[in-house]
Amino acid sequence: MAQTRREMLLDPLVDNNPITLQVLGICSALAVTSSLKVALVMTIAVTLVTAFSSMFISILRNQIPSSIRIIVQMVIIASLVILVDQVLKAYAFEISKTLSVFVGLIITNCIVMGRAEAFAMKNPPIASFIDGIGNGLGYGLILMLVGFVRELFGSGSLFGVTILETVNNGGWYVPNGLLLLPPSAFFVIGLLIWGFRSWKPEQVEEREYKIQVVEAH
Amino acid sequence: MSDTENKGPLRRFLEASPDSTGKTLFVAVALCLFASMIVSAAAVALRPTQEANKLKDKQINILQVAGLYEPGVDITEAFSASFEPKVLELATGRFTDEFDVASFDDRAAADDPATSIALADDPASIGRQSKYMTVYLLKDAAGEIDKVILPIHGYGLWSTLYGFIAVEENANDIFGLQFYSHAETPGLGAEVDNPRWKALWSGKRLADDAGELQITVAKTAPAAGADFHVDALSGATLTTVGVDNLVRFWMGETGYAPFLANLKAGDI
Repeated sequence: MAQTRREMLLDPLVDNNPITLQVLGICSALAVTSSLKVALVMTIAVTLVTAFSSMFISILRNQIPSSIRIIVQMVIIASLVILVDQVLKAYAFEISKTLSVFVGLIITNCIVMGRAEAFAMKNPPIASFIDGIGNGLGYGLILMLVGFVRELFGSGSLFGVTILETVNNGGWYVPNGLLLLPPSAFFVIGLLIWGFRSWKPEQVEEREYKIQVVEAH
Repeated sequence: MSDTENKGPLRRFLEASPDSTGKTLFVAVALCLFASMIVSAAAVALRPTQEANKLKDKQINILQVAGLYEPGVDITEAFSASFEPKVLELATGRFTDEFDVASFDDRAAADDPATSIALADDPASIGRQSKYMTVYLLKDAAGEIDKVILPIHGYGLWSTLYGFIAVEENANDIFGLQFYSHAETPGLGAEVDNPRWKALWSGKRLADDAGELQITVAKTAPAAGADFHVDALSGATLTTVGVDNLVRFWMGETGYAPFLANLKAGDI
């Protein structure tokens, strides 16, 4: 094994981040980042689902027929997601109300599927579990950064605690309504990817084409 | 002895190629059975807690809309001490004993053709309306009706908003309005939960002196005057229109108007 466990856990945070480098899981990053609380619960849910689904898939990896492997992975992921949804409804009712359909949509999160297919099918269970945790946290890191910007400038609060008193509540801050709408997450994620790649130029992908200089005659 | 003879049937099965037809079928069936067992076990085991949460959430909202909620109180106790639930027949505006109040479910009733009607004129976009609704009477110390809490719902931008409206005993003054379930845009449509906006409803009137329904949620005050006007939510036009429609629908003839007329006449 080329990677140590530590690398498996920490690599996905910056060097191999599922959102900024692999550009996976963008859809849910748009949906759940308008407030930090929701983003945090989503992070925990995705991390647990990725870790455990990777682990179970890895345990079964030698028995999974390749012709139906995607469906098998989906069944395992979907069952775990339903479990998370049921537990949230029973023990964190308020939060499950705000997350509503997004918990169900973890099933369609490319990161879970991506790690199952790319890592868990070829690696032992414990490594897969750690890889799942790492990727969940990498996803969560971006979610929290985006959520921070969107909640602070969109509603003037962090984790629901007012930081900038908004005009609606008699303060001075005119919130930026665009930041509350999903498209704004595109801008924030785009800026983050730009930032990450300026900091670590090795993340910049090679061009698929080359602009050729044609000598003028 | 060759290797194969040493191994039990399980071992042989595990080492068989996963791509054989038999094994593919077996894995598919076994996994589905196992997964469905886990999922149904979780659903069944957690259902009582989930139902209790839903009920508690509803009760908190009814307490809040009536202005009785204080953090830390025993919800169930405070609720049963203050409110008397009744099943109301909308068309006549009379209470009915046909159903058991505790087990009557408005939403299930709205789906049952026997207890609901399909709406032809449907401003609140709810499709089918239950003929019966559970309403909550808040009585004062003397046993007189102080407020009535009426459940309302209708479509906003993304979702059906479910809520309550609290009406004073004169059947015309609004005490409060609150939604307990919706999925409107956070920060825009979801501002229906903003306490400052909810407070706007207090003291508004439903109908004018001529008995015409005038309450409206809009950007500008209607001709009838500010008493009948709740300011629109900025940046959430469609949610506002939805709330306006649903309040006017439920307070109108197909909604609670017959009941409110009876309440006004002191005859319920």
